[in-house]
Amino acid sequence: MLRLALQLRVSRGLLSRGLRTRSRGPIDDKDGKWTEFKRKLQVFWPGGSWEAFSGTIHLPPEHADVVIVGGGVIGWSVAYWLKRLEARNNTIRVLVVERDPTYSRASTVLSIGGIRQQFSVPQSVQLSLFSIEFLRNINEYLAVAGEPPLDIQFCPSGYLMLASEENASEMERNVKMQRQTGAKVCLLSPEQLKNKFPWINTEDVALASYGLENEGWFDPWCLLQGLRRKALSMGVCHSHGEVIELVSSVRPMVTSRGEQVNIKRINEVHVKMNSSLEYQPVGCAVVINAAGAWSGKLAELAGIGIGPPGTLQGTRLPVEPRKRYVYVWHCPQGPGLEAPLVTDISGVYFRREGLGGYYLGGCSPTEEDEPETEDLEVDHDFFQEKLWPHLAHRVPAFNSLKVQSAWAGYYDYNTFDQNGIVGPHPLVPNMYFATGFSGHGLQHAPGVGRAVAEILLNGEFSTIDLNVFSFSRFYQVEKVQENIII
Amino acid sequence: MAAPKALLRAGHPTWWGGGTLRTLSSQSNFGQGLNPSYDLDPNPGRNPQQGLMGSMASRFYDLEQFREWISRFWSWNLYRKNKVFSYTLKHYGPSVAAAHFVLTHGGAVRFQDQEWLFPQDKNQFLWNNHHFQKLPLEEVDASGCVINYYGLENLVFLPSLRSLRLCGCPYVDDWCLGRLHSLGSSLQELSLAGCPKVTERGLACLHHLRSLRRLDISNLPAVSDKGLTQILVEEMLPNCEVVGIDYADRLKLLSEDQRRVEEKAAAAVPGAPGGLMPT
Repeated sequence: MLRLALQLRVSRGLLSRGLRTRSRGPIDDKDGKWTEFKRKLQVFWPGGSWEAFSGTIHLPPEHADVVIVGGGVIGWSVAYWLKRLEARNNTIRVLVVERDPTYSRASTVLSIGGIRQQFSVPQSVQLSLFSIEFLRNINEYLAVAGEPPLDIQFCPSGYLMLASEENASEMERNVKMQRQTGAKVCLLSPEQLKNKFPWINTEDVALASYGLENEGWFDPWCLLQGLRRKALSMGVCHSHGEVIELVSSVRPMVTSRGEQVNIKRINEVHVKMNSSLEYQPVGCAVVINAAGAWSGKLAELAGIGIGPPGTLQGTRLPVEPRKRYVYVWHCPQGPGLEAPLVTDISGVYFRREGLGGYYLGGCSPTEEDEPETEDLEVDHDFFQEKLWPHLAHRVPAFNSLKVQSAWAGYYDYNTFDQNGIVGPHPLVPNMYFATGFSGHGLQHAPGVGRAVAEILLNGEFSTIDLNVFSFSRFYQVEKVQENIII
Repeated sequence: MAAPKALLRAGHPTWWGGGTLRTLSSQSNFGQGLNPSYDLDPNPGRNPQQGLMGSMASRFYDLEQFREWISRFWSWNLYRKNKVFSYTLKHYGPSVAAAHFVLTHGGAVRFQDQEWLFPQDKNQFLWNNHHFQKLPLEEVDASGCVINYYGLENLVFLPSLRSLRLCGCPYVDDWCLGRLHSLGSSLQELSLAGCPKVTERGLACLHHLRSLRRLDISNLPAVSDKGLTQILVEEMLPNCEVVGIDYADRLKLLSEDQRRVEEKAAAAVPGAPGGLMPT
C-alpha cells in the first residue's frame, strides 16, 4: 500500500512531467507564502528599496548650509543657481522647503505665464531680458542627461499696452528707457494701431507701445518642473513641510552714530512635516525667504518688523497676499491669431488662449475693493461689473462672449512700491529675500535666482545690479516705483 | 535547471530592469534615499535611454559625465557655426556677410540681377566681393542648413530681402519666427516647409510681415491642428497665398451609418436645411 502510494506520488511528481518545470515554479504556492518571500527578497536584494536607517527618510536633513523657504519658481531658481555657481561640485547643501507639494495655492502655477520687457524700472527690464535668454536656451541650462527635453511652449505674440492722454508722456519716457536697456519695443499712434489690429477700438487711446520680440507667454509649470528636476539632479534636498519657527541668537551692538541695534542671526529652522505633529530642527547658515505671498509672515517669525515704529527694527516687510481673478471666455468672433496680450487704459488685460477662440484675462481691483484672501473663491460679479464693460468697449467683438471658467491666484503684493525685494536684511544678515514681485515674479525668476546666488556666494551682484531692490529702501523711504502692474 | 533560474529571477526586476532607468546623478541626494519620481515623461514605463551608451551611462558616473560633455560639445558646435560674421559685416557690409554666412552653411543666395550663387561658388564670390557690395541681396535659400536663432541675426538686417527659404531647417523654431519682424517691409516670400520645431505659436507672429505674398507652411509636424492653423493664418495674412496644409486634415469622413443617422436627425427638425443643424 505504502509502496503503491509512493509510486503514485513519484510518478505524478517527477516522471509524468519529465524534465519540464511546473508553471507555478518549484514550490507549490497555494497560500501565497512563496510570493511573499520573493517580494521580501526583492526588497532586501542590493539595490532594493530597503535601507538600514529608513526611519527618518521623510524628514529634512539635520544640517543644511542654505535653507530656501518656498518651493515656487523663485525658490527652485535660487537653488539651481546656487548649485551652478558654487565653486566646486557638492560643496553647499541646499534644502528647499515647500509646504504644498501639489502647488494648489502657489502663485507660480496659477499665473498666466506672461513675460514682457515693458517695465518702468531699468533693472526689471534687464531681469526680463536675462530671463528670455534663459528660456530660449532652457534645454541647455536645464538639461538632465537621460531625461526628455523641456517644451516651454513660448508664444512670441508680444504685449500691447495702451495709454490715455495723461499717461502718454510717461509711456514715451518708459519706452525710451526700455529701448536703451535693449528691449525691442515700438510706439504706435492710434492710426497705426488701427491699421495693425483692426479689431481694436482706438477711442480715447493716445499712444500704444508694442513689444516686437521676446515678449509673450509660456508654460509656468514646465519652467517650475524643469528647474526642480535640474536642481534635484544636482543634489539639492527638498522636503514637504512648513517652517514654524526660526531659532535665532541676538547680539546687541552700537552703530557709529551711537544707536543701539540688535543684530540677529538665525541658527535653526524648525520644519513641521505635513499632516503630522513632528518637526525637524534644521541647523542652517543662511535662510532664503522665497515664500511669495506668505513671506511677510516668515519675516515676522524672524522678528523683522517687531520693534518701535520708525526704526530699522520696526520696519516690516510690506508683502501681503492679494487675490487676483483670471477668467476664461469663449468668443468665436474675437481677435485672430495675431492678437497680443492687450493691456487696456483701465488696467484690464486679455490674451488669446489656444486656437479655438478662447481668451483669458483679468484686472487688478482698486485698493478699496480688494477681495478677502482667505480662500481662492472666484467672484463672478467682478467680471460682469468691472471687466466686461472695459473689454467690450476696447474690442467690440467681445460684446457677445461666454465665460467658460475662472480661477484665482495670489500676488505677492509689495504694498510699498510694487517691486521685488532682493538681498539680505540689514539686521538679520543671514536672511536673504527674494520675494514681493507683485505679479511678475515668474518672468523674473531665472534672473532673480542668479542674483541671489551671486550675492550669497560672492557678496555682490555681478550680472545684474539689483542693489536698488534691497530691503533698506523701506527704512529710507526711497520708492522704486513700478507703474506698469498687470 | 529550473530552480536556479527561478532564484535568479527573484531578485531580478528591482535592480536590473525594474521601472525607468534613472541617471545616477539624479539619484544622489546625500543619503536621503531615492528622490521621489519627478516624471515629465508621459509614458514612464518606456525606457528613454536607447543603446549601449545610454544604459551604461545610467550605471557609471564617468560615462554619464562623458555623455553630458558630448551633448555640450554638440551645442557648442552649433553656436560656433551660428556666430555673427562680424568681420565680414564690418568690412564688407550686411549683404556680403549674409551671403557669406549662407554659402558657408551650404545654402544658396541671389543678388539683384545676378545668377544664383551656390556653395561651390563661395571662393569666387569672396574674391569678387567688391562687385556685390553695392548690390542688395534679394533671395536666400537656406534649406536644410543648421541655422538657429543666433545665426538668423546675420539675415534679419537685410533691407531688401524678398524671398527667404528655410525648408527643413532642424533648428528653426518659434523664437526664430519671432525674430523675423525686422524684415516686415521687404519680405514677400517665406517658406517654412518641413521645419520640425515650428508650431502654430510661432506662425502667429508672422503678422509683422506686412508685404508677404506667399507663405509655405506645408509638412510641419509640430503644428497640432493643421487645418485650423491654416485657416487662421490665412485670416491673419489676407494678402498672402498660404500653401501647404489641406483644410480637411484631421477631419474624419463620416461612415455611411453615421451619415444616415445625421441625415435622419436633420430631417426630424422641421424647416432645417438638409444636413445642417441650426444652432
